[in-house]
This record gives sequence, C-alpha cells and structure tokens, in this order.
Amino acid sequence: MPALPPANAANYSARETARRTRLLRVLLPALSLALVLLAIAWLNPRAISYFGFSLMLNLAIPIALATIAQMFVITGNELDLSIGTFVGFVGCVTATWLRDAPLLGIAVLLGSIAVYALLGALIYLRNLPSIVVTLGMSFVWQGLAILVLPKPGGKAPDWLMAITGFKPPFVPFPIIAALLIAAVVHFGLMRTSYGAVLRGSGGNPAAIGRAGWSLLRTKMVLFGMAGVFGVLSGMTLIGITTSADANIGNGYTLLAIAGVILGGGEFMGGRVSPVGAVIGALTLALAASPLLTFMRVPPDWQVAANGAILIIVLAARVLISRREA
Amino acid sequence: MVDARTILVKLEGVEKHFGAVRALDGVDLNIFAGECVGLVGHNGAGKSTLMNILTGTLATGAGTISISGSVEDRYSVSRALALGIRCVFQELSLCPNLSVAENTRINHPSLKGIGWQRKAAALIAQKLDEIFPGHSIDPSDIVGDLSIGRRQMVEVARAFTVTDAPLDLVILDEPTSSLDSHTAGQLLDFVRRFVGSGKSCILISHLLGEVLGNADRIVVMRDGKVVAADRAAVFDRDKLVTSMGGAAAREKVAAEAAKGTREIGPICVKARPARQRDDMQLVARSGEIIGLAGLAGNGQTDLLLAIFEAAGGSRSGIEVTAPLALVAGDRQSDGIFPQWSIARNIGIRSIERMVRGMLISSRREAELASRWQERIKIRTPDMNNNILSLSGGNQQKALFARALGSDARIILMDDPMRGVDIGTKLDVYDLIREEADSGRTFLWYTTETEELDNCDHVYVFHGGRIVANLSRDELTEEKVIQSSFDEAV
Amino acid sequence: MERARALLAKPWIWSFVGAFIVWAATVAFTGGHGGGGMITAALALAVFMVIVGIGQMFVITLGPGNIDLSLPANIGLASAVAMKVMDGSDSMLAIGLMAALASGFAVGTANYLLIRALRIPPIIATLSAAFIIQSIDISYGRGLQIKPPPGFADFANLRYFGIPVLAILGIVLAIAAAIALNRTVYGRSVLAIGQNMRAAKLAGVKVHRTSFITYALCGTLGGLDGALLAAYFRGANVDIGNEYLLASIAVVVIGGTSVAGGKANVPGVWGAALFLVLLLTMLNTFGFSVGVRLVLTGLIIVGVITAAGGPRTER
Repeated sequence: MPALPPANAANYSARETARRTRLLRVLLPALSLALVLLAIAWLNPRAISYFGFSLMLNLAIPIALATIAQMFVITGNELDLSIGTFVGFVGCVTATWLRDAPLLGIAVLLGSIAVYALLGALIYLRNLPSIVVTLGMSFVWQGLAILVLPKPGGKAPDWLMAITGFKPPFVPFPIIAALLIAAVVHFGLMRTSYGAVLRGSGGNPAAIGRAGWSLLRTKMVLFGMAGVFGVLSGMTLIGITTSADANIGNGYTLLAIAGVILGGGEFMGGRVSPVGAVIGALTLALAASPLLTFMRVPPDWQVAANGAILIIVLAARVLISRREA
Repeated sequence: MVDARTILVKLEGVEKHFGAVRALDGVDLNIFAGECVGLVGHNGAGKSTLMNILTGTLATGAGTISISGSVEDRYSVSRALALGIRCVFQELSLCPNLSVAENTRINHPSLKGIGWQRKAAALIAQKLDEIFPGHSIDPSDIVGDLSIGRRQMVEVARAFTVTDAPLDLVILDEPTSSLDSHTAGQLLDFVRRFVGSGKSCILISHLLGEVLGNADRIVVMRDGKVVAADRAAVFDRDKLVTSMGGAAAREKVAAEAAKGTREIGPICVKARPARQRDDMQLVARSGEIIGLAGLAGNGQTDLLLAIFEAAGGSRSGIEVTAPLALVAGDRQSDGIFPQWSIARNIGIRSIERMVRGMLISSRREAELASRWQERIKIRTPDMNNNILSLSGGNQQKALFARALGSDARIILMDDPMRGVDIGTKLDVYDLIREEADSGRTFLWYTTETEELDNCDHVYVFHGGRIVANLSRDELTEEKVIQSSFDEAV
Repeated sequence: MERARALLAKPWIWSFVGAFIVWAATVAFTGGHGGGGMITAALALAVFMVIVGIGQMFVITLGPGNIDLSLPANIGLASAVAMKVMDGSDSMLAIGLMAALASGFAVGTANYLLIRALRIPPIIATLSAAFIIQSIDISYGRGLQIKPPPGFADFANLRYFGIPVLAILGIVLAIAAAIALNRTVYGRSVLAIGQNMRAAKLAGVKVHRTSFITYALCGTLGGLDGALLAAYFRGANVDIGNEYLLASIAVVVIGGTSVAGGKANVPGVWGAALFLVLLLTMLNTFGFSVGVRLVLTGLIIVGVITAAGGPRTER
C-alpha cells in the first residue's frame, strides 16, 4: 500500500471534524429536550412522574405526527403551509362522519390523502412554489372543515378514544407512541432502499432523475406521506380532545415547521431526521405550555417564548456550523 | 481492420439547438466494442451536449442513435441504462446528503429488500478497492463530508459497479480534474484493463497527453461538428491542437502580443492565496495582463473571488487599490440576468454612474449600450432585445461590455472564453490589448493554454497555491502542466 | 388594434379583467343595484392589500425563499402603537403615524438582522419574529379600547366623487413603487438579486444593503397599513392584520409577479387586490356561507398560480 501523501492526512482530519460537527448537530435536539426536562424537574419535581408525563405530553402525539408530515414535505425541498388546517379538517371529519358513517368517513380521509399526493404532482408538473399552493390549500381545508362542522362539537368515535386513552403500565402512553412513531418513520425513510431515493430527491434531484427514477413519483409519495401523517395527527388529536372545532389545528402549521427544524432538519438538501423531528415536537410540546406555566410566564408571552426558543436553537446551530468553517 | 469489430454505438447526423445556439451540427460518431475513444475539443465544441444525448439526458433535435445495430426511436435515460451506457458527469451527480452506499443504491434499482445496505456497501467497496487500491473511503461516509477528490473517486467507482443491468460503455467526462496524479494514474490503468476486457470507454479530457497516452482512437470536435477521427497513433499534440482549431489564431495572437511595448504602471493588486504556505504572491501592475493557469479547480477562481471581495472591504493578504469588475465564465450561473434586455445586462455594473437626480437616465443607459455594441461587435438588431436572444459568444461579449464599460481599472476574468467561438475570441483579445494599453489591468484565469499567449506573465496554480510564476518567454503548455504537478517548484 | 394586443400581452391586465368580470357578475346578480357603491367600497378595502402587497412584492422579488410572514403581527402592533400614541387626539396624529411607521421599520430591521446575522431562512426568521411581535402586541395592546382621533378616522373614510382618498394615496404609492423598481439603483438591484444573487454580487450590486432596505421597507409599509386600518375600522385589535398574510402574498402572485424572483409587477398588485375584494363581495352577495367562501378563495388562488406557472423545461 502506498504511503499516504500529506494532503490525505489533512483530508482525514477534515472529515473527522465534519463528522464531529454532524454528531453535535444530531445531539442538539436531544440536548434541548434534556434541558427542558431538567428545567421542569427543577421547577416542579412532581411533574416528573407517570401521571405528570401523561398530562404534559398529552398533546405531544398529534404535534409529533404533524411534524412528521411536514418533514416528509421538507425532505423534497418543499414546504406545507396547510398542514395545520388540514389537521383541523381531519379532526372535523373524525368527530362527525367517522363516528356516524364510518365508511363515508374512511372514504373522505383516504380521498384527502389522495388530494395531497395530487398536490405533489401538480407542484412538480407545473413547477409551482409549494408555499403559495399550500397557502391556498390552507383556505380550502379550513373552509371544508367549517362546512363539515359549522359549530364546535361532534364526538370522537369510541374506539379512537379507547386507543388514545390507553394506560400502559410503567411508561406513559405518549412516550411509547412517540418511540413507535420515531422507529417506524426512521425505518421507512432512513433504512429502506426507496427511502434513500426519497431523500436523494431532496439532495440532488437532477442526479436522481439521471439515474432513471421518476421525480414525479417521489414528489407524490412525499406529499402522500404528509397526507397520511396529517390524517393520523387529526385523528389522535380528536381522540384526545374528544370533540372538534374547525380551528383546532391552526397552530400546527408553524409548530410542525418548528419541530422539523428543532429536530435538526434543513429546508433544503433532503437533510432530515425523523427521530430528531419527534424529539423536536416533544420539546416544543413541553416548552410550549407546561414549562412556561411552571416558570410563571404569563400566557401573553408564551407565543413569544416559542419564537425565542426557535431563534435560540437556530443560533446555536449556526455557531456550531461556524466552528466547523 | 478496425471496422471488422462490432459497432456498439452509431450516431448519425445528430443535431441539437438551444435557442439561437447551435450546440451540435450534424455529428456522426461510431464507438466500437473494446476500445477507448478519446474525445477532445475546446469548451463549447459540443462534447458535453453530445454525451448528454448519448446518455438520454437530452433529446436529439435530429439524427439517429443506434445501439448494437438497432435504431433507438424512443431513447431515454432509462433506455440508455438498460443498454449498458453509463456516464460520469463533469458536475458531480452524487446526493451529498446520502452515504456512499446509499448513493450506489440510487444507480441500482435491483439493490433492494432485506440487506440492501450491506450489498450496496460491499459492491462499492469492492469496486473502489479494484480501481483505487489504498483509498480510505468507507461506504458509510456521508458524501457531503468527503473532499472533492474523494467524491470524484466514488462517482467513478459507482459508474463501474454492476448488478443486473449490463455495462458496455462508460463515458468519463474530465474524470481526473479533481484527482491527484497518483489516483489519476490508478484510474487510467483501470480504464485500460476495462477496455481490455472487451468493454468500451469514452474519455473526455483537456489534458491532451492523457488522451494521447490512453485512447485507442481520438475524435476531435469543433463548433458542434466532428472534424477529425482516427487512430491515436496518427495524432501528436501539435496535430490535435491544429484540428481543435485556433492554431492560426494563436500565431496571430503571439505576433500581436510580442510587438506590444506597453507602459507598465504602479502595483494595483497584491494577493496571496489563503492556502499559500511560502511567501509567493500574485502581483499586478496597472497596464499588465496577468494569466492564472494550472488545471481547472486548483484555486484560480477562489483567488479571483477573494480579490473581488477584498475590494468591498479589507481581507488579509490581499491589497487592491482601484475599482474592479469581474467577467464571469459560467454565464448561466454567474453572469447574465435572463429576464433583462442586452442593454440592461450591460448597464447593471454602471447604474450608479447613470443616475441623474434620483433616477437612472434611460438615455445614458442606451448610450452605454450602443457604444459597446459597436466597440465589441454584439450582433443583434436591437439592444433592447432579451439577452437570451443572443448566441453564447455574443452573450459573453455583453458580459465583457458590462465590465469594460464600467469605471473599473482592474478586470478579473474567470475563464471567460468557455464555449465561445473563435471569431468572438479574436475580437475580444484585440479589445483586451487595447484596454491594457490604456492602463487597465487584467487578471485572466483560463483553462485554454494558448490564451496565455496574451499575457505578460502567468501564475501557475496547484492545490489552491501559486506554484510558479512564468514570464511570456518561458511559457509552454508542457511547462504549465509540469509546474502544476510539481509542487516542489 | 396593435395597442390592444400590446395591452393584452401585459401580465397584469388579466387581474383587472378578472376583477371586472367578478364585478359584472355581481351587478348582474343584484339586477344592477349598487354597482357604483361596490366599486367605492372595493377601492377602499383594496388599498390595505395594495400597501402590504407592494412591500411583499419587493421582498418576494428578492428571489426564492424570501417572504415576510411577520406582516399580520406587524400590522397588529403598529395599529396598537398608533392608537396609543395618538390617544384620540388630532394634535398627536402626525406623531402617532410616525410611531406606527417606526414600529414597522423596527420589525423589518429585526427580520433582516435575524436573516443576516443568524443566517436563518427568511421564512423561519419572519415566523419567529411574528411570534414575538404577537406577544408584544397582546401584552401592549391588552384591553385597548382607544378610538382613533376623529380627524384621522374621517380622513380614512373621506371620499371625493365616490373615490376614497385612501385609494388615491394607494395609487400614488403604486406609481412611486413602479418608478423605484425600474428607474432607481435600489429597484434595479432588487430585480438583479432576484434573478441571480450570485451574478448580482459579481456585477457589483450591493446585495446586503438592498435586502436590508427591502425588509425594512416591507416592515414600514406594514406599519403604515396598521395605522390606516385602525383609523378606517375605528380602533386597533390584535387580529386586525390576520387576513393580510395570505392577501399580501396572493395579490403579488395573482398580479403577475414571479415567485421565482427577479420579475415584479406593480399594476398587477392593484388589479389583484380589486379582484380579491370584489370576489369576496360577490361570494357574500351570492349568499355563500363562510365555508364555501374560504374554499372558493383557496381554489381560485391555487388555480391562478397553476395557470401562471409553466410546465417543466428541458434546461
């Protein structure tokens, strides 16, 4: 074996640095979550209990599912500004038709997933900016939600409430559900052979096209998956809250984007992490209300605190990247 | 003798146009089984377009493609792959967010199911070992973390991996541009072994020695046409240069450049590349034409950009004493504004000087445009036409007009003659000399060695550093190439 | 004939055509009643979209990824600031207006600093900023019941021969924006950056300064809009700007400005604003419910952007 020239040695250490930086970035979401948990434990030790977690993480699961939905869209370098109102629409359908006329309800939900996939096709074929298309769709979903359920009310199907109300021994349900979601999506997107193609379509679309893959199909699959997880998010949300409201999901659009970014995802280049996204969603769910309440932050400033958390995490990320450069 | 072998690929009368630009103008080309064809020509001669057609990335405008004797009517990317034609593109086609193994999977639809990652990793590791023994790339490395040279190694190795699709022809487009001489040698040795096993290879390279030493047959392209095709033994360097065109032009340039007795003024640029370890630095005086040479991507563009940025603020190791302008070589990504007219494209560098009161004076803008249309001979009926209505050469002239029409005293040129026809080149060479005579300074990075004849002296770059400073008298292509490989200079 | 054809080739003409068709359909439905009044009302309401639309247009023209999502929060805060500073007194009118503009300018500057200093993508930067501004507004404007000074409210509702004074202001603003876009160094710089940021930088365009001015300008226009809205609707509230996020983006896109950047269209902003306002009026007149109105609005936006987008090209 020929001796490595000095340039190679330099390359080696550069690669090591890149690796360390990436590791740090992967750990950042987990660190943020740990920090939030520590703060809660310090402020209110009683919250760290089976009951406390069940309560605090109650709404974390629908947020995590919506975040995963957004993550699929971001994988393909797009953005979905309609996921929140879509979750609201699904919620309204769940609390009405899915209970009263299950077949119709299922058909409508499946149809809405198909609409998502078709939006992906439209965005790809006509080369449209996803921000504007999904902004328009956010009105459509909101309008449909109001048409389905003009006044807050409805009731979740009993079987759904039984699932979301499940109390496993020792470990609270939301934690189990979060682990399950992270594991399933991680396997699907990061471990399967088509998952690599999907991520590649965000990393270098031209190369994926040149290798003979259909970019139309990858875009449709990514949007379709966003639809699937949006439906799951709306259903679990209604299972937990038991009744619906057309505006119930509106805040989720921003939470979902924030969750993906907190979890180490990037807007461009197909660099996403399902595990990170779920951790990001949990962090947001904990930071959004329980922590701030324990800290006696007045409700007026809780929205601002969410904005500040986002800015701080992104700033930390920039600092890490700068150290690399 | 040659004709007795099987013809793998047969192109007849292939044409391709991009708007007003005629990229391919009736190309006939045969590739036989078991040979390495060297494809040479200046930038913009049509090599890359031809290869994009051969891999199905671009559709032909006219002409036929036959593979293994049958005419392909609906040629496409997937058809080309199914027929065993692969390409290593000049711009890398790896996904930076995926690992080496995952990138291998992208090219092999059959790598799926349980254990696909293990299979993909083994496949690429085995090929890397075969081509580049002693490489230190792990299949689990994320491509974005690898150096550019290693990425190119992965890209090359991936093209030679085989699963269920056949592999008959690999096109290598400047495969050694980012490799050091050791790995480049490994690759070329492998290409000979590959060809020896009855497969075919097209080798596109700027390094004529590399082509002469490794190809069985050489095809020369010029202005979208094949102008020569024969056994490699028939060619030597001079003959290749002559068929590529520009030999007569070269004599003219050399004659013009030699008779100049220019007034050289005070120093206006001093620049040390960031990675320079000794005290060598680039020094330019007003009225000088300075060449930046060496293999592509060895820090020339980086230094030009650093000088460009230093003018806006301070930067260590670089001093600039006069306003400067840059002429981009990559017109699409660095140069033109596609929504705008020719006149606006020329005016953008000078808008601040055209303001009267609060507003940009339309009259002054039009005057600037028409003055430069005349001086640099932009061929268009109306300077208010969109910039894309021009041919590539004329677009480039508009970029020159933008820089030369400004108040800049220093002009940076980033390989600006890429894909430009010889007529345009001669017009612009004359203009550059005139402008230098009037005291302007030119820093000229070029990948076409004969252009260096225009320069007063030349800095040769390697690995991000200046490795030699040659005066015009010492300037030969061999010397430039030798300096760029010889770090000890 | 030639001239008519040249007119039809302008991308913005279609938004005016659309507005006219919607108006005609509504008038036909009402049997010719209230056609003039409808235009007057539409002109006044459209102005609020035009003001923020022009700001958003400059931002979007800066190129892909550039967008200001903080406009609604910005408008809400500025409306509260204006009302609080004016405190119902005409003598404080000018100072209150300046305070609203300053509030908007500060928001725009904050957006730019987040984007530049922290290298946060504009969409997230303006979103995070919006969260914080919204909290400031909720806390600052809590229980705010201050009416605008009578002079200000009268001014906002003043009209000559059925044309609202605000609409005239809006037209003057649009003309100024069009001149700024095409004939000033700033406007040319925005267009150049939007087409190709790298090429713009290499052509000597001052990229950072231009994008700072753009975000600050958009913020300031948001501040102006907030003050005028509070005057027009006789009072500030946190939600006063909510509908202007989508509206500001929609009027830009429907008006023929390229979402890919580098190509802006000022008259189209006016046409699209009239179209949207008249469309809502029409849906109201037809007696559609809120749900149907939302669905149709959304579908029309998606439809327009689909019609405006081109198919994928080879290169």
